[in-house]
Amino acid sequence: MTDKQRQHDLDIAEAVDATAASAGVVAGLPPDDPHHAGETRSQWREVWRQFRSHRGAMVALVLFVLTILFVVAGPYIWTIDPTYVDIRARNSGFSAAHPLGTDQLGRDMLARLMAGGRVSIAVGLTAMIIAITLGSLIGVVSGYFRRLDAPLMRMTELFLALPLLPLLLLMVTLFREPLSQSFGPAMGTFILIVSAIGATSWMQAARIVRGDVLGLKEREFILAAKSIGTPAHRMILRHVLPNVLSPIMVAATLGIATAIITESALSFLGLGFPPDFPTWGRLLYDAVDQMIMYPWRVILPGLFISLTVLCVNYIGDGLRDAMDPRIRGR
Amino acid sequence: MLTFTIRRLLLAIPTLLFISLVIFLLLEASPGDPLGDVPLTVPPEVKERMREALGLGSPWYVRYVLWLKQFFWVEPLFWFDQVFGTQFSAGMQRIISFQSRSPVFDVIAQRVPQTLTVVGFSYLVGVLIALPIGIISAYKQYSWFDQLGTFVSMIGFSMPTFFTGVVLIIIFGVKLQWFPSVYDTTLQVRDWGSFWAQVRQMVMPVTVLALYNAAQISRFMRASMLDNLGQDYVRTARAKGLSERTVVLKHVLRNSLIPVITVIALGLPAVFGGAIITEQVFKVNGLGQLLITAIHGNDIPMVLTLTFIFAILIVLFTLIADILYGILDPRIRYD
Repeated sequence: MTDKQRQHDLDIAEAVDATAASAGVVAGLPPDDPHHAGETRSQWREVWRQFRSHRGAMVALVLFVLTILFVVAGPYIWTIDPTYVDIRARNSGFSAAHPLGTDQLGRDMLARLMAGGRVSIAVGLTAMIIAITLGSLIGVVSGYFRRLDAPLMRMTELFLALPLLPLLLLMVTLFREPLSQSFGPAMGTFILIVSAIGATSWMQAARIVRGDVLGLKEREFILAAKSIGTPAHRMILRHVLPNVLSPIMVAATLGIATAIITESALSFLGLGFPPDFPTWGRLLYDAVDQMIMYPWRVILPGLFISLTVLCVNYIGDGLRDAMDPRIRGR
Repeated sequence: MLTFTIRRLLLAIPTLLFISLVIFLLLEASPGDPLGDVPLTVPPEVKERMREALGLGSPWYVRYVLWLKQFFWVEPLFWFDQVFGTQFSAGMQRIISFQSRSPVFDVIAQRVPQTLTVVGFSYLVGVLIALPIGIISAYKQYSWFDQLGTFVSMIGFSMPTFFTGVVLIIIFGVKLQWFPSVYDTTLQVRDWGSFWAQVRQMVMPVTVLALYNAAQISRFMRASMLDNLGQDYVRTARAKGLSERTVVLKHVLRNSLIPVITVIALGLPAVFGGAIITEQVFKVNGLGQLLITAIHGNDIPMVLTLTFIFAILIVLFTLIADILYGILDPRIRYD
């Protein structure tokens, strides 16, 4: 043992003694700041505090909640059936009976916008859940199990090389009929569109999660958990997943936006839901033929799509800022 | 670098084969029947002969390999013959579209110029708008320009192109009557008058696509500039008395362009896919419109070939992006 090392050991012993002594002293004293000492500051409260300071994200959150209220609670207040055809009142402008006018069959636009929004947002949320579940599963598995890493990542790259929009168009056109027959036209199309979007948009999430898991695996707490013999499934559920939750949440928020846009794009190309089943994209598509006479019918659903997607993107931006510990607290 | 390129090129072959198989099997699993529109009065044995004539009689793996041979062997030979006047492909069957009964590649060759002028030009315009905006936003971070740029680009990629396109048509095509709302592909540029007409009809589709692309690229440019502006070499450059112009436009810009160029290369094939919607809005009869009519008409060879070309573009541009990154950034070592 060299002198230097002995000196080092002594230093450590001294430091340990000093902290122990001071700890004892401090424990006897009342806390420095009695006001804050009892308050626990959980991570999520901190994230929320940071999120609130992002003005754009807060405005977006309020608007998004309002939109959801509009499509969910709206039909209980504005009780006209969106599919009720009143042929005598067709193509009417803004009036007391129909605040946003009617379409070429006399169906109330306000009610249709509410019903359409329900479907569009439901598609967005469900497709996002599918994509995120698939993406996190593949990401965690390929990051955690070294043997599965290479094949799973090759598969992800393959999926990234697929031409997505043409494939989506293909899938929807080819499988719409059989699914409509077995689940009914609306439900069949919903299942088809949601699973098609989900199956083609998990790759980004998988790559992000894998990268984070690879980084986490080198950390000490993982080593500690492993050394006491934690089995793999509990390792993933208790230690890995909670720590990659923030990138997953950001990817999830942005995924809603992409899914809503993709669904309306499919509807716009005439490959979405059946005509009597309104979604925002479908309303826009139906109105394009008469956009010269009745431009509002195109603009209103388009505005709703854009506003919702803009809000979701801003929320995602705010979440990313709030969850990034490097810039938190600034 | 060369070994890396060769290795990646070799890896691209199984990738592309797999993708073509996926597309083929998807089409194969579809319940759609290319003979669905044939009247019921046609007797079954005639229908069977028609099926044979379309090449649908043999099992799927035979047809798949046949398609592969046609795509990778017959078509290149045919184009080689066209250029050099040789006769290698004589008597060989090219890929035939079910709808038009003409070779798929002839139809595609007719449509490519429309897509390339609109899409290519809009991507160029988008990049040219995005780069200065990104540079200024990053240099004056949190200024009003930056805030506005962030907001506008947020709106830019939140508004779907089918909505911006329709709104532009309503405002400039219908109300103001400045630009034609339908793209006329039969127009040939011969004199100044027709050139002006071409410019006028290109304004709206190009604006729509350019805005959408500029929104994304300017974000990347800004982030990359911000990364580099905080580096030590910038402080050194300033400390040795270089003008601010040289520091930003020579030192920082060159380094920040490296990741942006790869993003631009990666985004190019996606633009072709996204143009499907814009082409539909402005009635441009390019590749996207061709794909949609082919899908509706159950034209299996056309759909298969077109989708596969999109896949080739993606794989190719990913490779180009990787190679460019290695060439531009000497710190990257692929070996």
